[in-house]
Amino acid sequence: MINVEEREGSAEPSPERPFLSIENLFVSFNTEDGVVRAIDGVSLSLERGRTLAVVGESGSGKSVTAQAIMGLVRSMGGHVSGEIWLDGQELNGLQPEEVQALRGSEMAMIFQDPMSSLHPFYRVGDQIVEAILAHRKIGKAAARKETLEMLKHVGIPAAERRIDAYPHQLSGGMRQRVMIGMALINSPQLLIADEPTTALDVTVQAQILELISTLKEEFGTTVILITHDLGIVADVADDVAVMYGGRLVEVGQTSTIYEAPEMPYTLGLLSSIPRMDRELPKRLDPIRGNPPSPINLPPGCVFQPRCNYSDRVANGACLSVRPELLPTAPGHLVRCHLPAEERQQISADVRRILAGAQR
Amino acid sequence: MAGYIVRRTLGMVVLLVLLTLAVFVLFSLMPADPARLTCGKACSPQIIENNRHRLELDIPPVEQYQRFVSGIFFGRTYLADTKRPLECEAPCLGYSFLRNQEVLDLITKAAPVTFWLAIGGFVTWMTVGLVFGIVAALKRGRWQDRTVMGIALVGYSLPSFFIGLVLYFFVILFLHLLPNPQWKAGMPFKDLGGFVQTMLLPWITIATLNAAFYMRLTRNQVLEVFGEDYVRTARAKGLKERTVVVKHALRAGLTPIVTAAGLDLAYLLGGAIITENIFNLPGLGSLAIGSVIASDLPLISGITLIAATLIIVANLVVDLLYAVVDPRVRVG
Repeated sequence: MINVEEREGSAEPSPERPFLSIENLFVSFNTEDGVVRAIDGVSLSLERGRTLAVVGESGSGKSVTAQAIMGLVRSMGGHVSGEIWLDGQELNGLQPEEVQALRGSEMAMIFQDPMSSLHPFYRVGDQIVEAILAHRKIGKAAARKETLEMLKHVGIPAAERRIDAYPHQLSGGMRQRVMIGMALINSPQLLIADEPTTALDVTVQAQILELISTLKEEFGTTVILITHDLGIVADVADDVAVMYGGRLVEVGQTSTIYEAPEMPYTLGLLSSIPRMDRELPKRLDPIRGNPPSPINLPPGCVFQPRCNYSDRVANGACLSVRPELLPTAPGHLVRCHLPAEERQQISADVRRILAGAQR
Repeated sequence: MAGYIVRRTLGMVVLLVLLTLAVFVLFSLMPADPARLTCGKACSPQIIENNRHRLELDIPPVEQYQRFVSGIFFGRTYLADTKRPLECEAPCLGYSFLRNQEVLDLITKAAPVTFWLAIGGFVTWMTVGLVFGIVAALKRGRWQDRTVMGIALVGYSLPSFFIGLVLYFFVILFLHLLPNPQWKAGMPFKDLGGFVQTMLLPWITIATLNAAFYMRLTRNQVLEVFGEDYVRTARAKGLKERTVVVKHALRAGLTPIVTAAGLDLAYLLGGAIITENIFNLPGLGSLAIGSVIASDLPLISGITLIAATLIIVANLVVDLLYAVVDPRVRVG
């Protein structure tokens, strides 16, 4: 965290605006079946040096949010509106070339599947060298030297040999280390890791998360970790944003989200984590049903069809009125029609049941 | 790698043996009697018998095949028991008594015609196919894409005998834009202008169908590669869009197309029967069709062997090239 303190001490371009601030982000794709509203009004901010976990099921919009920040949505044919402020600079209004210059230098991304994310025709070392030369005017030899250092740094054994390996000659964990090295090679201020461990063996998952945490401290990077696995969030993240149906449904510090979650969806996610340290009360408790289709969202609360508690809200508001994302405590935002006392009561009950099963 | 090449080469030899064997077996099953075909109108049984002996059709097929194979390596002598024996030196692909020429001479005379026809057609269709295919992919769904795909559909529906005849009729006979095609020995190095005038329409005829096919193939391939994760990685690195397209997407997307195109070229080098016939080009295709009509076994086997060798060698070359370009394919 030392680096972070130093940077915060230096001149901030816009002290009133946080390091990363997303304001009213909408992303939509035109498809043959209709307009897919992948992101429907997301506002979010993140202080420098912190780690934010974005959690949600497949299709909740977490990956699209990341790609919108990286400016990759347009090349996929999507439409973006809203503002994305990174370090005092608004990204969504920039020319494609200007965003391209920031990609890989100011902000970098690691993807889910290291098997397919590296180009199969080029040596891994050359792919990292390419990332250096895209942003800095240094010699090839110097870039290669730096690449070798980075490969050692991300824990690749026999890096002198592996630098000339092709991706298919490396294991999945090694490839993800290469991807991390490639992402960090230009010391980006923001690192987005999109499900970096999903495609890996469980034993390797922990190593990769550990590596990301260590490097984050070392480089003073701000990290957005996208995952559907709440189990890995607790150790790594400072803040958690829970997404559902293209919207944020609960935002708070990690401790808050784990100890006092209020949104029924978050409660559902927490009760569906398998844990070794507790006896199961009954079967694992999954959230019933499927996420909504982003083409045809329910008119009221998007989570209502799967919510166990929506009948407790008066006048059937859950069916007809979109709830707002409102603060319930400092730094803790919840999108739910249930009154705060009721939510806290439900949350306490659920957590008592979960804890009751704990030895 | 060396072991792989040796294995593949041995496989090639086996394949060629089987292929020539098949030609011989099919020929001996043929109802027409070549000895009779060679003797003209006034035919006595004695002359037919003499012809049969001259054509070496009076010996068992197995021995005929043996002589054919040993001729390739050691040469052979025809009519050894007559006053005027015919020496055919190794590599001897046989002697055509119908044309009174060695098969190899006939083939080497026809090969340049086919070679230039195939090369010109290949270059034309690959250029057109790749360029328009890439444009269509980059402008997916817009008017450029629709136009290219429309043209491809039309081109794909035109068989070469149709488009060849239409071109011949309109460009040469009706509009007199080009002189009647005439191949002369020594082209293209002598008389380059005449060469181009002769070959232009044949090239277009050959290229049309393939260009249409390669446009579609290229477009689909490029679109598929654009969805690959490693192209997204290249963008996320902050590479220029041009670098992303050329170095990352096209390199991976076009490699299988270009290597596979080698097979189509080899196929064409074996002779383009229809196009050569329409434009009166004395290439391997014309030679092949003539030999089949005349039941000229030595010539048929010779051309079959050459054409098959081309295809088989091209297959090997394509596989090896692929291994050079795509590191995942490399063995050992």
